[in-house]
Amino acid sequence: MNEKLPGYKGEALRILESLGAETGDFIYIEKEGKVYEGTLMPRSELGDDKHIVIKIKSGYNIGVRITSDMKIEKKGSGAKPSFTPPPPPKQRPDLPRVTIISTGGTIASRVDYRTGAVRPAISASDLYSIVPELSDIALIDTEILFSAFSEDLTPKHWTKIAERVAEHIKRGAHGVVITHGTDTMGYTAAALSFALQNLPVPVVLVGAQRSEDRPSSDAAENLIGAVQCAANAPFAEVVVAMHQTISDEAIAIHRGTKVRKLHTSRRDAFKTVNAELFARILDKKIIILADDFNPRRNDRNLILKPRFEEKVALIKFYPGMNPKIIDWHVEEGYRGIILEGTGLGHVRRKCFSSIRKAIENGVIVAMTSQCIWGRVNMNVYANGRDLLSIGVIPLGDMLAETAMVKLMWVLGQTENLEEARDLLTKNIAHEFSSRTVEPVKPPETISV
Amino acid sequence: MKIDYEKLGLKVGLECHQQLDTKEKLFCSCKPELFKGEPKITFLRRLRPTQSELGQIDPAAYFEFKKGVKILYEADPQTSCLVEMDEEPPHDLNREALDITLTAALMMNAKPVDEVHVMRKVVIDGSNTTGFQRTCVVALGGEIQVDGKKIPIEHISLEEDAARKTGEEGFIIRYRIDRLCIPLIEVATAPVIHSPKEAEKVALTIGRILRATGKVKRGLGTIRQDLNISIREGALIEVKGVQELELISKVIELEVQRQLALIQISEELKARGVTENQIRDKIIDVTPIFKDTKCRVLRRAIKKKKHVMAIKLPGFSGLLGRELIPGLRLGTEMADRARFWGRVGGILHTDELPKYGVSKEEMDRLMEILEAEPQDAVVIVADAKENCIDALRAVAERAREAVKGVPEETRAANPDGTTRYMRPRPGAARMYPETDIPPIPITDEHIRRLRKALPELPEHRIRRLIKEYGINKKLALQLQDSEYGDLFEKIVEETAASPTLVAATLTETFKSLKREGIKVEKLRDNQIIKIFKLISTGKTSKEALPEIVKWLSEHESANPMDAVEALGLSMLPKDEVQRIIREIISRNRELVVEKGERAFGFLMGLIMKKYRGKVNAEEVSKMLREEISKISS
Ligand SMILES: [Zn+2]
Repeated sequence: MNEKLPGYKGEALRILESLGAETGDFIYIEKEGKVYEGTLMPRSELGDDKHIVIKIKSGYNIGVRITSDMKIEKKGSGAKPSFTPPPPPKQRPDLPRVTIISTGGTIASRVDYRTGAVRPAISASDLYSIVPELSDIALIDTEILFSAFSEDLTPKHWTKIAERVAEHIKRGAHGVVITHGTDTMGYTAAALSFALQNLPVPVVLVGAQRSEDRPSSDAAENLIGAVQCAANAPFAEVVVAMHQTISDEAIAIHRGTKVRKLHTSRRDAFKTVNAELFARILDKKIIILADDFNPRRNDRNLILKPRFEEKVALIKFYPGMNPKIIDWHVEEGYRGIILEGTGLGHVRRKCFSSIRKAIENGVIVAMTSQCIWGRVNMNVYANGRDLLSIGVIPLGDMLAETAMVKLMWVLGQTENLEEARDLLTKNIAHEFSSRTVEPVKPPETISV
Repeated sequence: MKIDYEKLGLKVGLECHQQLDTKEKLFCSCKPELFKGEPKITFLRRLRPTQSELGQIDPAAYFEFKKGVKILYEADPQTSCLVEMDEEPPHDLNREALDITLTAALMMNAKPVDEVHVMRKVVIDGSNTTGFQRTCVVALGGEIQVDGKKIPIEHISLEEDAARKTGEEGFIIRYRIDRLCIPLIEVATAPVIHSPKEAEKVALTIGRILRATGKVKRGLGTIRQDLNISIREGALIEVKGVQELELISKVIELEVQRQLALIQISEELKARGVTENQIRDKIIDVTPIFKDTKCRVLRRAIKKKKHVMAIKLPGFSGLLGRELIPGLRLGTEMADRARFWGRVGGILHTDELPKYGVSKEEMDRLMEILEAEPQDAVVIVADAKENCIDALRAVAERAREAVKGVPEETRAANPDGTTRYMRPRPGAARMYPETDIPPIPITDEHIRRLRKALPELPEHRIRRLIKEYGINKKLALQLQDSEYGDLFEKIVEETAASPTLVAATLTETFKSLKREGIKVEKLRDNQIIKIFKLISTGKTSKEALPEIVKWLSEHESANPMDAVEALGLSMLPKDEVQRIIREIISRNRELVVEKGERAFGFLMGLIMKKYRGKVNAEEVSKMLREEISKISS
């Protein structure tokens, strides 16, 4: 791929290269008696190699099909964009210090209307100029750690993030915000909840469901909420800050071990599962909704346990599942398996012997439910009781994804199976709740 | 006053927008309809102006944002889904809408683009939940013929309609999103129109072509024209949202008049020696002057702890009250600005004072505190302090523009043809690609297919209707502009009814019935055809037609024969008519004997009065004449 001609391939690329053209250049095309003039634009990844895209005078883009008899010329080079940001607001050293670590999933950006390119804004001054409200909340420091799609992140990235967060906290940050693509933000939140223990300040993950280049994006409101939370919240836990509803109103603060993305596209995709919402920000005020929390402290004595064992699998049971899937993991040297069973925590009897074999081979096998809501209880039906007797560990109301992350973390801490089992079933970061109550009002209810 | 528009250098470009009559919306499967009543879904949003690499930011938009303006959207699950709520990415572009647009483009001889790219046009007044309107150019460079003159068409686009504003309370603006995402065709002409009447004709011609596709919506609110109007010494003014064709020439006439008046004011200000720098943003709190005022508006404001603030406009005395066009003064233009930028209710100025309870003493005191001389004007507003300041700054800005001449603006059309300030003209269109929708290639094969099925061009059809059916030009034009052109041809083909009768019924009769409030549109095509069958076979008379239509509009999908029977409008058999005529004659024998042929009118009147709708007048007349001649000869 030619970086000066993004998206172009095949014939179109060859023609443009022969002209020495790059996006932003002024292009003249004549064919079938018609003239097309405009600025050369990048090509969509989904486009074919038969069209050249230009922005015509009215601002619209059109694709011009390549024909053998067309005349094409480069008429001039495009003006390079020169950006003069509006003067940044005054920084106030008296405000709490917040570090924003970006891992991808840009949360602020500018659009180059000339070429349509969206450029992320990452430096503190960029952030201030795009979201000026931030300068009234905190003194911001930024670090670009990765710029990855969240589905490309691995446990190695969790380790790295945890180490950087710990470093910034030790250096005196009053709170840390991590910008993250939303698809796997729940996993990272759980990972940090176990890796960063005895936290003195809040660690807030934040993302956006609507891309930040559009005026309706939820990115800025979420970021403002996250920074407010990092700067001023009375608690010191790993949380996720996202829209509570589809309105630009309340920002929900979810505990990192209890949060799950439950919608592909809505602003309020993130919900707290099997617990009440932890906190909410409304009209710049943080309202704690949970019964208890780990309070913010002035010391810097956090405990960092950033290791994760990658040989852990999350297996969703389905009717007719072939038990060889479990055998394969054992043969591949997996050390832990989280089963996402049906209902209260079941799999078909045909899988029992494979599970027994796995446990005999020193693999930890634990049970969660694919119902998402509710807790497993393996005493109710015979299949459940039999799985318990084989040695499957029931994991209460823990989310399957959180359970998988936790088992990775547990096996990163110890080789000892006995210790690992104890650690897995011990409540470390509010991943278990002992009682489930009927919510007084549904979390979706808002008043406008 | 006769205005020579050529001489003034009038240039008008039209952008005609019309909703397409598709099954689904442009980017989702919702019904393209509006809802009435209370919204079942509401949500609150803010739109943040996005920064561009070029550092431009729409000043009006940024200002609104900073003031904390929020938008309350109203929706109904029948007409909106997550797509319109900006909670789900758009689905594929509606191919039905694309084909209608391509068809219209081919009818205007425009060249379809090889590949359609959907763009995002940034609009952050709240009318689009996303903060941008999705739009795409479908064809370039067409032309239409208007009175023998070629009018170039610059582009034909397909875009989504915007949400409709339903209210504004303080910092909350309400929009209803049912209209959002309804497909809209946009036809933009080059600015080559040189008179108000010509603009109207161009719009009419474009409208006819669009209607000829048979796939556009009809009725108020489905058509909107934007006009770009300029005269040589004036400025380019964009007037948005003219809903009626008949209003186009009036809007242009009034806009030219307004610009001429503003140019005159500018000359007068210059003659008075007023310069832009003399108009300063010096805003003074004058609340104490009005402590005990009798002016109700000011008293109420002060009671609510609001401020009364004032600004001096040097040399403006007498000009704020000057009428630009009927009902619109320079003062009105300043008030529009004050409302937009300061969100105040309005302004008071010294050209209209003392009045509204403001006393002479208060006014003198005001002039004194502002150090204003008799040739100066003073503008006051009452609101929260910062709103007052924003409002008066906008007033001062408008005053400086008045020295220069006509400010470039986007204005909105009022139903009476006048316009009001909407917002400053946006800079270069801020458009960037809609990456959620892949580009759509338009193949030559597809264009060939559409070209084969192209509807007849309106001017051809009008000529053909006249020639083929022998109807007059007026009826042919009316048929073409009505929605019944196809039905007309079908009726004439399937029944023996006279083409002129059918054409007149479908146009003039239906129009007057509609005016009477009869819901003619409820009748189905096959019902209308049946009515003409009944008439042409003598089962009922043409005089009975309005009654039958009325009855059918109240009895949905009933059989027209039922209407005839229910209304007692079936035709009397011929021998019965004969009997009636003979009876009437025998009762008036003396008269017939005495007057002979001249008794016809009276007798005919008697019969028709009693049997209208049940007899064929021509037949009666013939029979009556025969019977009279038998006696009188
Ligand atoms: Zn929809």
